[in-house]
Amino acid sequence: MEPLMAFVVGGLFAAAIYMILRRSIIKLVIGLILLSNAANLAIFTAAGMREGAPPLIPAGGVEPMITPSADPLPQALILTAIVIAFGVLAFAVVLIHRAYEIVGVDDLDEMNTTDETKELK
Amino acid sequence: MQLDLLVLFPVLLPMMAAAISVILWRSPLAQRIIGVVGTSGLLAASIWLLVATRREGIITMEMSGFPPPFGIVLVSDLLSALMVLMVGIMGFTVVIYSLATAGEEYERFGYYPLMHLLHAGVAGAFLTGDIFNLYVWFEVMLVASFALLILGGKRPQMEGAVKYVTINLVSSMILLTAIGLTYGLTGTLNMAHIAQTFQEVDSPMVTVVAMMYMVAFGIKAGSFPLFFWLPASYHTPPVAVSALFAGLLTKVGAYALFRVFTLIFTQDVEFTHNILLWAGAITMLTGVLGAAAQFEFRRILSIHIISQIGYMLMALGLLASPDIPEEAAHLAIAGGIFYIIHNIVVKTNLFLVSGVVYRLLGSYQLKDLGGIYRHKPFLAFLFFVPALSLAGLPPLSGFFAKFAVIRAGLEAYQGVVVAFALVTGLLTLYSMVKIWMYAFWSPLDDDHPRKHKLTEPNDATTWVMYTPIILLLICTVVLGIYSEPFFELTLASAAELLDPSQYIEAVGIADEISHPIEDLPAGGGE
Repeated sequence: MEPLMAFVVGGLFAAAIYMILRRSIIKLVIGLILLSNAANLAIFTAAGMREGAPPLIPAGGVEPMITPSADPLPQALILTAIVIAFGVLAFAVVLIHRAYEIVGVDDLDEMNTTDETKELK
Repeated sequence: MQLDLLVLFPVLLPMMAAAISVILWRSPLAQRIIGVVGTSGLLAASIWLLVATRREGIITMEMSGFPPPFGIVLVSDLLSALMVLMVGIMGFTVVIYSLATAGEEYERFGYYPLMHLLHAGVAGAFLTGDIFNLYVWFEVMLVASFALLILGGKRPQMEGAVKYVTINLVSSMILLTAIGLTYGLTGTLNMAHIAQTFQEVDSPMVTVVAMMYMVAFGIKAGSFPLFFWLPASYHTPPVAVSALFAGLLTKVGAYALFRVFTLIFTQDVEFTHNILLWAGAITMLTGVLGAAAQFEFRRILSIHIISQIGYMLMALGLLASPDIPEEAAHLAIAGGIFYIIHNIVVKTNLFLVSGVVYRLLGSYQLKDLGGIYRHKPFLAFLFFVPALSLAGLPPLSGFFAKFAVIRAGLEAYQGVVVAFALVTGLLTLYSMVKIWMYAFWSPLDDDHPRKHKLTEPNDATTWVMYTPIILLLICTVVLGIYSEPFFELTLASAAELLDPSQYIEAVGIADEISHPIEDLPAGGGE
């Protein structure tokens, strides 16, 4: 399973970087979405993928688990990361929409001199 | 009161202030009052924390009472406490400045709540002892900074924000991946525990992970060759926001590098720290050359931030030198920390001055400015002192910061890097003199539409803007003339950083769980 996941993660990273390097700002955001998924899968894979019992102690029990159990922490990390990425990407989508409205281009190559304020207010 | 609760306040107070300001969304006046009260509280809490940390040693707070390494810990050592103090000072002064400069259009769209959230994020990043928690605080800080950056929604801000958001998200994802790999290697997220475990992990992956952290934090710090988002965005938002960003945000990246590369990645210093050293040298030179080519007040200052980051990286990178004497290593790290503190104060101050100039003459372009020395000598003085301090002239704070780093560099036999640092210092002076000549010394065009503004006496708003500038100016002068106690503080902090066992001991990983990979049935990968 791990080698397969490694290729999936690598493929996602490659696709994400390709998309970020494109000129369209829509593709830029798609690239960012892919990038966050790639990072989450990388955590999932790196933290070890193996079969195991649910990491629960039976009610009233105090003994640690004897049978090998799954590690719950990577899932908690990924869940946190998904929520954060969701919020930030929502912001990014709104931002590129506003940027498109205000600047009037969706081509990043043309968006490199709009910050030169020449007029004297 | 329990001592460890002190660590919580610098994070909790701004969060509470943010929440209360959101409730009072419709009343800008109430938000202003909360702003001043909240940041004064933050300042007081940060001073208290520093005093307590100095007296009692490293203070650890276990969140929810989970013992480390299972729960998240907040740790205040001297470096963290000093950095949090800077958050307090910056928060307080910038909010005072905002009273005069943040207009209705910003205040009604959440200027103050975002400001508080930014303080909370930065303070959290400085205090946390958990690497994943560090990522979370970084995101809190970034989201607040994204929103502050586009507040007002002007045309130039959009372009800056697109670049800033993209590159910071990329850096966050690199950081997140690095954290995932760290967890895979060590089975823990507690920084002290990671440091302990990495001593026993003998794998080339350790250096790979170290490089990922270096790239991620390097982007946030604005080091060569990862800095290009910074000059694209820092000059676009409202000036108080620029000032806060310039003071605090890149320094969080620098802090994270100092923390991670003294605590965790000390296995292969000749490789990792040498990269930091040379990245630092090139960073300072490219930054200062970039500034030399600019003719816009805030752009010059923004690009200068990069060159200043170079000195901090250089200080950290000096640890790579194989035959660096013990004392020189301490001096390098202490100098680096002193440099961060000095730079936060001075850089913010220069941005604040640029805002006053903009208010008077309506432009940031150097060619549209002039005549300030003749008509407003006091304002010219307020620029002159921090500018000279930035360039490193004695007896101001910049001189002692540079002196320590350069002397440590000489003792470590890194002559070439020291030469870079000295040339950069000279060129810094050139840039500051350029601003001085154009904006302050040269006469103003007779047909300048704002000429009358210079001859009028200062109104009350201008004096509100002067107050934080004067406060920060006093900080610069005191840090310079009365630098010994501050230097002792940074030396003590360097001693803590260079002996990670103190930090690890203070966090207190229990003995029976210090080998999670063997002992726990499924506590992480192999």
